[in-house]
Amino acid sequence: MGDGARAAAPLAVAVGLFGVAFGVLAADALGATAAVVFSATTFAGSAQFAAVSLLGTGGVAGAIVAALLLNSRYLPIGVSVAPSLPRPLWRRLLAAQLCVDESWAIAHQGGGRYDARVLVGAGIVLYLAWLAGTGLGLAGGELIGDPEDLGMDAAFPALFLALLAGQVHDRRGAAAAVLGGAVALALVPFAPAGVPIIAASVACLVGLRPGRA
Amino acid sequence: MSEAWLVVAIVGAGTIALKSAGPVLLGGRALPPRVMAVLALLAPSLLAALIVTNTLGGDREIVLDARAAGLAAAVAALLLRAPLLVVVAAAAVVAAGVRALGWLA
Repeated sequence: MGDGARAAAPLAVAVGLFGVAFGVLAADALGATAAVVFSATTFAGSAQFAAVSLLGTGGVAGAIVAALLLNSRYLPIGVSVAPSLPRPLWRRLLAAQLCVDESWAIAHQGGGRYDARVLVGAGIVLYLAWLAGTGLGLAGGELIGDPEDLGMDAAFPALFLALLAGQVHDRRGAAAAVLGGAVALALVPFAPAGVPIIAASVACLVGLRPGRA
Repeated sequence: MSEAWLVVAIVGAGTIALKSAGPVLLGGRALPPRVMAVLALLAPSLLAALIVTNTLGGDREIVLDARAAGLAAAVAALLLRAPLLVVVAAAAVVAAGVRALGWLA
């Protein structure tokens, strides 16, 4: 677990800052208590940002559907880590909750195998950073101002890009990334938020092509 | 229940269910090699999709704004083998700068 916690330290700084941005945005839209409970139970930045931004314009149903669609990627992600998680069932369930984009990516050892200790260690550090960030953002929102003025929205894709760079080891990985990005881009104008991301998971079928794993 | 709490309750419970489904239904069974080969590519597929939607995604439209300039800075930082936090900071600083100058919304 210590390995995961150490590996996640730089990620935790970034995730903590995203948490601050979320706290700032959620203060008005949700109120402090609901925002903290949201971070503690959902623990998924992109879905929480989407829900808060849609609660103002798209209504309650739109906010719920978009957030759940964004998080529907955790269905295939959960399947991918399942064989690597510890027993018994209650430990598996706890470990599964600590699986977020960042902890999942750094726990990947290649070939579809995951290090459960890294996943849990990194997940705990990221969870605490996310909650602390949310609290800071809620408390000090007026001091921070609009997170977009600080470029926080551009920091998200940069973080995912850095994680992706650590994931692509061969031509098939690169092919899956290019295809996944292309599918998502093609669907953005037509589909509600979240659908392009989950649809992009079809790109992993590149793995069916014969060749070195 | 207020609208905010309704969203928090449903999305929170739904997310926990989504994360739990695979590990509960599959148990600890090992998956066949072909399935593993496919799942191994899930990370690059989904991360690329997250990059695209977080950079160019708008409300059902493709938007070219300061986020794209930020991502370009992140690509440059990665090519220079900068550490993770520098990559993320470069994207934020460039996006904020471009926005402050009024070049891109």
